[in-house]
Amino acid sequence: MTRRQVRGRLPVVLVLPAVLGLAFLLVPLAGLLVRTPWTSLPTLLSAEVGEALRLSLVCASLATICCLALGIPLAWLLARSGLPGRGFLRALVTVPLVLPPVVGGVALLLVLGRKGLVGQYLDAWFGISLPFTTAGVVVAEAFVAMPFLVISVEGALRAADPRYEEAAATLGASRWLTFRRVTLPSVLPGVVAGAVLCWARALGEFGATITFAGNFPGETTTMPLAVYLALESDPDAAIVLSVVLLLVSVGVLAGLRDRWISGPS
Amino acid sequence: MRGVLVLALLLTGCGAPAATSDSGKITGGVTVFAAASLTETFTQLGKDFEAANPGTKVKFNFGGSSALAQQLDQGAPADVFASAAPANMKQVTDTKTITDVPRTFARNELAIAVPKGNPGKITTLAGFADAGKKIALCAEQVPCGAAAKKVFEIAKVTPAPDTLEQDVKAVLTKVSLGEVDGALVYRTDVKAAGDKVEGVTFAEASQAVNDYPIAPLAKAPNAAAAKAFVEFVLSDKGRAVLGAAGFGSP
Repeated sequence: MTRRQVRGRLPVVLVLPAVLGLAFLLVPLAGLLVRTPWTSLPTLLSAEVGEALRLSLVCASLATICCLALGIPLAWLLARSGLPGRGFLRALVTVPLVLPPVVGGVALLLVLGRKGLVGQYLDAWFGISLPFTTAGVVVAEAFVAMPFLVISVEGALRAADPRYEEAAATLGASRWLTFRRVTLPSVLPGVVAGAVLCWARALGEFGATITFAGNFPGETTTMPLAVYLALESDPDAAIVLSVVLLLVSVGVLAGLRDRWISGPS
Repeated sequence: MRGVLVLALLLTGCGAPAATSDSGKITGGVTVFAAASLTETFTQLGKDFEAANPGTKVKFNFGGSSALAQQLDQGAPADVFASAAPANMKQVTDTKTITDVPRTFARNELAIAVPKGNPGKITTLAGFADAGKKIALCAEQVPCGAAAKKVFEIAKVTPAPDTLEQDVKAVLTKVSLGEVDGALVYRTDVKAAGDKVEGVTFAEASQAVNDYPIAPLAKAPNAAAAKAFVEFVLSDKGRAVLGAAGFGSP
């Protein structure tokens, strides 16, 4: 079937809700831009904004790297290993997606906190205490964002043709070599798309971060936290912060899209 | 229709307290925006109010007073606002979202909260200056943070906090989980937290007392019930519940 055959009159039942959906997503953003106090913009952009933005970008990127390092093998395990109970495991992996982030933050405190199940030993043996540190922000963001990466990569793996891997195996390649040289390159678009989603989710993360890592300027105050607190005293500053975050994230995502994710041409 | 309704509400809202008019019976839902530190007492008062006025249903939105004031200024549909500090009430009266004169119904002061057993050995405000200890405070935007700033100024202590939380209950959670060695919360919060948290009183607290004002909203959807709820909180019965939780009377 060629593309030409599916074309025809655009069905209203699809176009109308599609346009409504688009408006629903874009109008609030437009509202933000309209309400932005552009004239007082320079005075509202303090050093703290730069600090929060830098912290946000660094933490979201580190969280994405952690997710890639742990998430790709996990996705491979779910898609390829033939492990019993994979379906159940896959459902469990998506739990952080449905969990309210604040609950995720409390769960992290109960496990990795200073008095937590694992955290008490980290503290006693190594003197490591994650809450209220920048590392804690990365942990909270990775916890919330990893399912996006795993699901995306696993979907790509399941859709990939296993015959190439089988061919590599018949030629004597080990499973690790096959994974590196055959599997991974074939699912690269899925990995990149997952990483981008993961990064975007980490960048906007609020609930788990403020609950697990707390809020202290320069250490754990990322942009979403700064926006929330600014909203309490100075809504204009909050709008400016939001617009800055919006522009930076859209800029990064658009840049990535041009370079990495080629749309249907 | 809607215009008439709004006009009617404006007329009753701006008038004298004689507005409990017609049948005199209070019914319907009442939405109360209240400071996080009022969570336990107001939940109780809401139940008592419902029992005293069959047919009413009190709904609460608890949060940091400044966040609530912000939501009200943006037009959140509420009937009553109870703030933990006059400053946040002023945010709402300045915009004419509340036109009645707010009345003080309770007072509260800060106390040092430490996890059970006081592992960090914090017994005075000076302990908060130790960077080696984990300290949680409220952000300055919320009343407990503003009060904390004041007591530290009076005590001439520069605190070394590890986190500035968005409301007093978030601070208390960090203490009850043992994640911080010390925090400043309200006396009533220490009491409400039970035996997971120990309270330490300090002399400077009495110099930074928080007044809690309450008022019905100018555009309260249920103006009669809003007024009735405010009166209920200010009544002897309301005072008794607040007093039992450790609030001082105005």
